[in-house]
Amino acid sequence: MIEALAAPPRSPWRDAGVRLLRNRAAIVSCVVLAMIAAACALVPSFAQWPLDAVDWSAIQAPPSAEHWFGTDGNGRDLFVRIFYGGRISLTLGLAATLVAVIIGVAWGATAGYAGGAVDGLMMRAVDVLYALPFMFFVILLMVFFGRDMVLMFIALGAVSWLDMARIVRGQTLTLKRREFVRAAHAMGARPTAVVVRHIVPNLLGPVAVFATLTVPRVILFESLLSFLGLGVQEPMTSWGVLISEGASAMESAPWMLLFPAVFLATTLFALNFIGDGLRDALDPRDH
Amino acid sequence: MFSYTLRRLAGAVPTVFVIIAIAFFMIRLAPGGPFDQERSVPAEIQANLERAYHLDEPLTTQFLRYLGNILTGDFGPSFRYKDFTVTELLADGFPVSLKLGLAAMVIALIVGFAAGAYAALRRNSAFDAATMTLAMTGIAVPNFVVAPLLTLTLGVWLALLPVGGWGSFDQAILPVVALAMPEIAYIARLTRGSMLEVLRADFVRTARAKGLSERAMVLRHALQAAALPVLSFLGPTTAAVITGSVVIEQIFGIPGIGRHFVQGALNRDYTLVMGVVIFYAVVIIAFNLLVDLLYPLFDPRVRHD
Repeated sequence: MIEALAAPPRSPWRDAGVRLLRNRAAIVSCVVLAMIAAACALVPSFAQWPLDAVDWSAIQAPPSAEHWFGTDGNGRDLFVRIFYGGRISLTLGLAATLVAVIIGVAWGATAGYAGGAVDGLMMRAVDVLYALPFMFFVILLMVFFGRDMVLMFIALGAVSWLDMARIVRGQTLTLKRREFVRAAHAMGARPTAVVVRHIVPNLLGPVAVFATLTVPRVILFESLLSFLGLGVQEPMTSWGVLISEGASAMESAPWMLLFPAVFLATTLFALNFIGDGLRDALDPRDH
Repeated sequence: MFSYTLRRLAGAVPTVFVIIAIAFFMIRLAPGGPFDQERSVPAEIQANLERAYHLDEPLTTQFLRYLGNILTGDFGPSFRYKDFTVTELLADGFPVSLKLGLAAMVIALIVGFAAGAYAALRRNSAFDAATMTLAMTGIAVPNFVVAPLLTLTLGVWLALLPVGGWGSFDQAILPVVALAMPEIAYIARLTRGSMLEVLRADFVRTARAKGLSERAMVLRHALQAAALPVLSFLGPTTAAVITGSVVIEQIFGIPGIGRHFVQGALNRDYTLVMGVVIFYAVVIIAFNLLVDLLYPLFDPRVRHD
């Protein structure tokens, strides 16, 4: 008993790490995701076929030693195109999530910390935005203002920060009353410094969980837009574009649908498992 | 209850107004116009066309005119489907989307709730693990992947079901299943989570302590309490599902209202797009209100005065 008490105290982060490592689904997901990300980063640079190379001897050819995943209707190698598409999908997912996290944390922490009328006004704005049919607005935006990648990623980030702001505000409200925040006040810290130095670092847990679950949502949304022909445009490609092309050619060339579908599904799967695992690890209560 | 409903309805007015305003000005400020795709017409005719649809007036005048019109229930003529008004197009498409969506939601609710509740009762069993893995699949794999895969396997390879169209029972099976799958997954996860919480609650312990059989306890006490989070989930989801899935309607060639949205936007069919947006917003608000009004029936602690 006495030895146990003498052991160095473990930080909550370390506890969470241990719990995460015990979660087999999350660990496997991390490995799978790392492999897909590495392939997306490396394959396009080392591939035998460039993104747009047309192999005239293999138009819509099934998988072979030459083309591992077959080719599409223009004789372009699917193996290479899937990893180019993965680059776009993953990058957009991460970038838009980053935008959502920055806006959401800033908004939620400010509202929660300021309290009173400022809080009421800021959260009322979030409520109004919540009622908007966002998917419709993003589709309108893409149709009317061109299918621009930067615009798309801003739109995706802009529609994903609302939940983040709500979660962060709730957490800030509880943190604000804690002793260490009061102590910082008592020592004369400015409000901005308190928010940045003391509130935000303590929000990292829920933010990390939510961000992990936002990435697959954004990837899904990007794929949906691309599937409808409103997202990424030729000659670039994304998983949504490839699935859409595959869906229209599935009777004659099922591999064009199957391979991109497997990659998209696996990635979304892995991200969701990691998000769940993180949540369980950081918040040991039952779910 | 009555005054609560009135207050909620009054609160919905500014929301709808904001939605109409954003959509209206976004559409109008965008480049392109509804008559761009037609053969180039002489300038006079173009001007006449624009005058006929009041497109030559200042934007704010058009906006006020539009607001005035929709207050009288007039959503204007469609710019693309020349002989139809927007109201007629919505009235044609909505019953289709509604049938499809309701069928999917009923299936999703029954299957999802039963599977989730049973998984919670048999926690950590093989059934629990299998259900939760399947549910994760349903959430992770989007329906624009599920629908083509279902079509490929059941429609093309096994040739059991038709791959598209609308009208017969056979034709409805694949789209309904594709539409229901993600909702089954969400409902199952939600139900399992809330059921686990309910099973630890004091009233369940009391029910067990007074000697109620496990079966009676679950049927009479636990299920009702576990249904609450599902009920709040159902409001917005049902609204979204019955107003037509853009993806499912496109993949299966179903004449609902989902397809009007993207096609309408691509055609710059201003009035049709506005009509769909407003319709969608009103249905969502109505369903959220409906759920909040139903809530006290399931949870006696909640009362609206």
